[in-house]
Amino acid sequence: MTDITADRYIEIEKTTRGRARLGIGIAAAIFAYLAYAWVAFDMNGLISSAQPERALLLATDSVAHKVHITKSLRNDRLNIAIEGERTATYKTPPEWIEKSDDRVFANLGEGYSIDINGKSATFVVPDYGTILIEVVDKKVITTLPEGPVPKWLRATPAKFDARPTLGRRLQVSKARIEVHKYFFGWENFFFPFNSELNAYSAGELISLAVSGDRLKDDMSNAGYIFQTFWKNPDWQHGNVFIALLETLLMAVLGTFTAAFVGLPLAILAARNFSPSGTVRFFVRRLFDFLRGIDMLIWSLIFIRSFGLGPLTGALAIAFTDTGTLGKLFSEALENVDGKQIEGVKATGASKLQVYRFGVIPQILPIFVSQGLYYLESNTRSATVIGALGAGGIGLMLVETMRTSRDWENTFYIIILTVFLVIAMDRLSSWLRRRLIEGRKEKV
Amino acid sequence: MAVATDLHADLNSMERRRKLYSAVVLIAVISVIFSGYGQANSMNSGGFLDGLIKFFDYPSEIVIEAWEEKLGLPALFWKFLPAMLETLNIAAVATILGGVCALIFAFLGTANLGVWPPLVPIARRVMDIMRAFPELIIALFLIFVLGTSPVPAMIAVAFHTTGALGKQFSEVNDNLDRKAVEGLQACGANWFQRMRYGVIPQVLPNYLSYFMLRFEINVRASAILGFVGAGGIGTELRRTIGWGQGAGDETFALFILLILTIFLIDQASSYMRARITESDRST
Repeated sequence: MTDITADRYIEIEKTTRGRARLGIGIAAAIFAYLAYAWVAFDMNGLISSAQPERALLLATDSVAHKVHITKSLRNDRLNIAIEGERTATYKTPPEWIEKSDDRVFANLGEGYSIDINGKSATFVVPDYGTILIEVVDKKVITTLPEGPVPKWLRATPAKFDARPTLGRRLQVSKARIEVHKYFFGWENFFFPFNSELNAYSAGELISLAVSGDRLKDDMSNAGYIFQTFWKNPDWQHGNVFIALLETLLMAVLGTFTAAFVGLPLAILAARNFSPSGTVRFFVRRLFDFLRGIDMLIWSLIFIRSFGLGPLTGALAIAFTDTGTLGKLFSEALENVDGKQIEGVKATGASKLQVYRFGVIPQILPIFVSQGLYYLESNTRSATVIGALGAGGIGLMLVETMRTSRDWENTFYIIILTVFLVIAMDRLSSWLRRRLIEGRKEKV
Repeated sequence: MAVATDLHADLNSMERRRKLYSAVVLIAVISVIFSGYGQANSMNSGGFLDGLIKFFDYPSEIVIEAWEEKLGLPALFWKFLPAMLETLNIAAVATILGGVCALIFAFLGTANLGVWPPLVPIARRVMDIMRAFPELIIALFLIFVLGTSPVPAMIAVAFHTTGALGKQFSEVNDNLDRKAVEGLQACGANWFQRMRYGVIPQVLPNYLSYFMLRFEINVRASAILGFVGAGGIGTELRRTIGWGQGAGDETFALFILLILTIFLIDQASSYMRARITESDRST
């Protein structure tokens, strides 16, 4: 008796040890693989070549805007504008800039100031001193205070570039002197720079929209305010909204089409409903084919034949997911309860009625919940397909990022995209709860 | 008798209302589909019918070009194998790292597992947000900071994986049978021992099955992210497609390689998942 117990004990001890060893082995294999990946991805090279200051730049630029003071040394013209854009040029300089004939004095705050006089500039930096930069004979000559040269400053005969703080920058080349001063916030988010609507506060705008004299003769004030906002050239609210809508359209159309095409095909592919084995085999291979080609390749093929636009994205999603959803539905159909079907048959129901009352109610929860789940995940996929070239918010995002002119625009698009996905996620899980669990409560 | 008739009438009216609702929903869905396709068609740069005629042009073009170069195809497969491997590496590393993070989040996000209760809703919200972030955004941002490399795609996919797997893992944890944990607690097992012997054996099969499904999804995601400049087979595809005519054989080789890989992983993963759930049922 005790022998048996002891044997059993040894056996258990052995299997436990064996399992522990297996666990350690797997962990070691994973570590070895990760080490290989470290080398394969050239992580060391990446770390040394990474530009973390770009992340900082992006972060600052996405919540701030800057005012450019540009003095061209070729034609002696001075230009003060938000983000250096022609449409946002100041007619009278803001109060921190003093301008007289050939001189410009910019007070950058906290003791920093820049004085531009003809072809020279004087940059006063607290805790460092005064830097004098002159352009003589197409060369940039810099006179620095005594002591070591700080990191934020680069001076060569071709170009002078100093950025003592994130929000203040001076660049001098033989062609121009350029000052950047950053301000927190998104500029002209609601109305364009030169719109007269900028003068009104929010309350005044509402009262203007409701009553008040017409600013434009041909349209109401509310319409005019909306129009100005919608067509804001810097932020392009209208275009961004349409792009978001395109992305949503791709996801909704693609998923709905996939679900409604996938269901009848799934009936043909399910073991217990299929008319013949051959049909079943071919429909299953069709599902594998649609899924296996993958959304990436479908998108590329559809972009070629249908051009840019939501139709392309919708079809790419529909093709891939007909395969995925069809496979899921056919598996669900194979698991249906035969009793309910027999019960309906026993009442003398026709074939169509058997499906309607015996089969559909059983797989409806899976149909709805999987469809909704894919709707949410496809909203995310639609942004990526858009970036491949199908259009929508994905393409817009890639384009604003490539030009990298105004990061606040990129940031704005990112926020809206994430909100769209979160909203779809919420909507889909809310509907799933309502439709599926509500059903359970009734039963 | 009167009661029965009342009930009958009541049921009938309820049935009618239910039918009405179903009909309304069905009509709404169908009209959304049709008007949506109309709208999409008008927004598209190429029309639907034109596209339908041209649908087979591109596939047949690359197939014809590949046929002309059919002797060179094996060499092309060999040439693009490293790119495919890179895509697989991106997906695998992202799934492993994301899976480990998901494991931690799932334990933090499950009530009754002995973690500090106020942490539970926070972990769940974090997972929701990580899940919602489109991979594309993170990948593009990281490509800007880190330069063109597989790592941005890997991090982007891992980020999303953490959220998605974390949610599925924590759902598994929610359905846990607590008796084993309680039994261990009664023996005086500490928290790690309770998790190791009471929780892990119960949840591991489901975890593994979700993990493999996610790897399959991540291979596809990594291939797509390559197209926006993250390396791997997607980058090669963009290059050959960008060349236009003449590179059809290379495009063909890449398509076949990608389809074959996805198909193999698909089959392997579904086979293994079936094995895992079967052995789970038999024990």
